[in-house]
Amino acid sequence: MSAQVLTVTSGKGGVGKTTVTANLATALAMLGKRVTAIDADIGLRNLDVVMGLENRIVYDLVDVVEGRCRLRQAMIKDKRQPELYLIPAAQTRDKTAVSPSDMVLLCDQLRQEMDYIVIDSPAGIERGFRNAVAPADKVLIVTNPEVSAVRDADRIIGLIEAEEKGPGQLIINRVKPQMVSRGDMLSVDDVLDILAVELLGVIPEDERILVASNQGLPLVMHGLNGSSAGEAFRHVARRLDGESVPFMDLSVKPTFMSRLRAFMSGQN
Amino acid sequence: MSWLDRLLGRNETSGQIAKQRLQMVLVHDRADLPPGLLEQIKDDIIQVIARHTAVDTANVAVHLEQNARENRLIAEVPLLAARGRRG
Ligand SMILES: Nc1ncnc2c1ncn2[C@@H]1O[C@H](COP(=O)(O)OP(=O)(O)O)[C@@H](O)[C@H]1O
Ligand SMILES: [Mg+2]
Repeated sequence: MSAQVLTVTSGKGGVGKTTVTANLATALAMLGKRVTAIDADIGLRNLDVVMGLENRIVYDLVDVVEGRCRLRQAMIKDKRQPELYLIPAAQTRDKTAVSPSDMVLLCDQLRQEMDYIVIDSPAGIERGFRNAVAPADKVLIVTNPEVSAVRDADRIIGLIEAEEKGPGQLIINRVKPQMVSRGDMLSVDDVLDILAVELLGVIPEDERILVASNQGLPLVMHGLNGSSAGEAFRHVARRLDGESVPFMDLSVKPTFMSRLRAFMSGQN
Repeated sequence: MSWLDRLLGRNETSGQIAKQRLQMVLVHDRADLPPGLLEQIKDDIIQVIARHTAVDTANVAVHLEQNARENRLIAEVPLLAARGRRG
């Protein structure tokens, strides 16, 4: 069986691509899959620190592409999982050191040995984005429920359709249920209305994401209970693996006051 | 908006405003036609039609409409002559 290549992208920076890549790759590995995560954000290497593998880097993506090492030598094994690897980005080069066809070639070399290849895309819509999307079998678009992030996601959806990688699947990250229930944040339905694309996951805002990256231990590894974002990432992994997992209920439990307010506004 | 909201002078929620603004912005993004250009098109349409008949220029409206990723330019050009002829 040949691996499926998943590219995580967004257009806008800072929406959670690296966080999603680290947690998804790890969650898939925890399901017993053979997974390689690739950091395609050349010059702004980050996936290594979020995954806690920064101390083990010898070779990187550009070393592989330029033939300074074999592919296997650049694959850092995450010892906490049976089959999870990271190919880190080069830190002192730029996006032009790699071409879209280099990425296709590299992924083709890996396909036979893996079940999933998860690629962390840089922000933007230029070379780095095209490198990340070129080998993709499926594009995962990460967005936040805010105007600028959704606008950029719409642009990305157009671009991946043009590259015949579409339509892509959506992950809405950093949802704050309290704000949504007050009407002060775009809801999941609002975003889906606007983007008209398939929903793959809804990840709540969760402080433990930051704690996890402080520690270099992706949130999905933090034990099985008590983390809603971790649980949401595990659900996404299972959906990718073909299981039908219902979306988590993130709505805020109604209080007397909120019910009264809903009644008064005719929204009950 | 509910009667209570109106009573308390409350406006739409910022979430609703965000959604409306996004929809407007994306219509233009997807059509690759900036809002300012629409104003110019409107002026041009007025000029062309005014050569043939009197236009109610203050009430001309031009906007983009979108369904299922297809864009349509809608122009509404009220004519002054029509009113006179009927009356
Ligand atoms: N669901 C979340 N809850 C809280 N913080 C988050 C969440 N997702 C991402 N973050 C934080 O947002 C910041 C940007 O995330 P990152 O994954 O680096 O984005 P990108 O790779 O798109 O630039 C990081 O500080 C990360 O910890
Ligand atoms: Mg990143």
